[in-house]
Amino acid sequence: MAPFIRLNQVSKSFGPVRAVNAVDLEIDQGELFCLLGASGSGKTTLLRMLAGFERPDSGTVEIDGQDMAGVDPADRPVNIMFQNYALFPHYSVAKNIGYGLVRQGVSGQALQDRVDELLRMVRLEGYGSRKPHQLSGGQRQRVALARALARRPKLLLLDEPLAALDKKLREDTQFELVSLQEQLGTTFMVVTHDQEEAMVLADRIGVMDQGGLVQVDRPRTLYEKPVNKFIADFLGSVSFLDATIKSQKNDHVQLDMGGGVISALAEQTFDKGDDVTVAIRPEKITLSRKKTSGNCLKVTVEDIAYTGVATYYRVLTEQGQMLKIHQQNSPENAPLDWDETGYASFQAQHTIVLTG
Amino acid sequence: MFRRVPYPIIWLGILGFGILYIPIVLMMIYSFNDSKLVSVWAGFSTKWYLSLLNNDQLLAAVGKSLWVAVWAATISTFFGVLIALAFTRFGNFGGRLALSVMASAPLVMPEVVTGLSMLLLFIAMETFFGWPAGRGLDTIIIAHATFGMCFAAVVVQARLRQFDLAVEDAARDLGARQPQIFLTITLPMIAPSVIAAWLLAFTLSFDDLVIASFVSGPGSSTLPIVVFSKVRLGVTPEINAIATIMIVMVSICVIGGSLLMSKRNKHD
Repeated sequence: MAPFIRLNQVSKSFGPVRAVNAVDLEIDQGELFCLLGASGSGKTTLLRMLAGFERPDSGTVEIDGQDMAGVDPADRPVNIMFQNYALFPHYSVAKNIGYGLVRQGVSGQALQDRVDELLRMVRLEGYGSRKPHQLSGGQRQRVALARALARRPKLLLLDEPLAALDKKLREDTQFELVSLQEQLGTTFMVVTHDQEEAMVLADRIGVMDQGGLVQVDRPRTLYEKPVNKFIADFLGSVSFLDATIKSQKNDHVQLDMGGGVISALAEQTFDKGDDVTVAIRPEKITLSRKKTSGNCLKVTVEDIAYTGVATYYRVLTEQGQMLKIHQQNSPENAPLDWDETGYASFQAQHTIVLTG
Repeated sequence: MFRRVPYPIIWLGILGFGILYIPIVLMMIYSFNDSKLVSVWAGFSTKWYLSLLNNDQLLAAVGKSLWVAVWAATISTFFGVLIALAFTRFGNFGGRLALSVMASAPLVMPEVVTGLSMLLLFIAMETFFGWPAGRGLDTIIIAHATFGMCFAAVVVQARLRQFDLAVEDAARDLGARQPQIFLTITLPMIAPSVIAAWLLAFTLSFDDLVIASFVSGPGSSTLPIVVFSKVRLGVTPEINAIATIMIVMVSICVIGGSLLMSKRNKHD
């Protein structure tokens, strides 16, 4: 089956700036896809090209098997929920939601029924006659969502859908959005700079940097098997250690840390003496006073932050490399003190060997 | 909580506003003077307002002024909106600087110069095209519209600059096209500033004397022209009365306009 949405070598420049650079992307029908990137990474330009507001310099955009070149935003089976919602301030909630339907020629009872249905869907029954400025931020967000879904788009683009909400509301809304998407089966594409939001929402995440798609994968794969340092660093917390390849046997490599030797798992093939970077997530490391078998590095505690559930350590290895450790405050983990020497141990499968 | 304003500043403010408004207030009070002499108070009376109603020349002038002001304001607003849209929406089009200079020059141009150049233009046009035949209300309307549209453009531009373009994108995304987007979204959203621009252009036209006296012809004397020519024969309280009515009208326009502008800003 052909993918529902296909971007083929899509590029777009603004003057000398290459905003989107040769992006290939395929999204399945009914998927909740997240485009994640810092500001200026090109994610908004990509979104605007899907909606039709920007024309790609080269490459093609296909939606449901149709080439979208030359199709006006008004005619695309795509709708956007805009950042800051872009509600029409002079129209009531019902007229905002009905705007797209009226353009389609829906009127009378059919229009009212559909608007009522949408109001019910976003739990805003009885708010139809209010003006947008009489609503709270969360309610406005739901009006924007209902308005964007009114025409039953094949693809709904959500531009930073939760950025304008406060933290508490954001968490609830995240789950609402996911369940709504599952219920409707519409393909959603969320654009966000918030990695946590992307992890919670998405079936798959595409991480963008400097106009290019760096990695597209499920959240877990992205977190545990990042393709390079950028991805590892962008998602969650991580420590990087410099090392040299000592030997490799299948996917087991021995790494020289300039003092100790650790073993790690790697899918790539290396030569002896290759310089690599080892990435380790702070929650995958155990810190104790006793030396253990397996990967174990002698470290000195530099800094401690107690957060209640866990203690965050920053420790230095004998080679002076910094390592972050998040340790649960459970009874078997005896806390270490400032400047105390301990052993940081971790399993080979929890290391990520990166070349870039 | 208001911040306390130092006393010297308060007194300076009172003095400044006093110089500006005490003469106007005095004139309004003296329009209710019973005496025929402007500077001697002889008791309260509304007889000058009543005598205005019987003064056909003045009433006709009011009618002409209103006619001119309504048309001039309407034409000014129409073109003012177009100019404002060009500046805020079309990016860096060719001739942008030229248009910007042309659209703002009448704001600072001495009225005498505007009036004289308009007069010369109309005479030249009459010579070459035979229109406008002579000078009358239509030439005043055209002259007022030419400078009124610059003021209208400034007012509307101020609103369009803070207009969130995403709202228009949203309309387009939902299936609307130009001019539908403009009529259903943009225009209603900038409507208060458009009305304010109309009121400003109306006010400017209604009380213009200099330009009107250049481009008016026989039988097209607007109210300021009539008042001014009467004053040369000596001020009567009747003039005070007509001036008071003008001030009230203009004030309503100005206050209405600024209320509309500030109301809009609160909603955004």
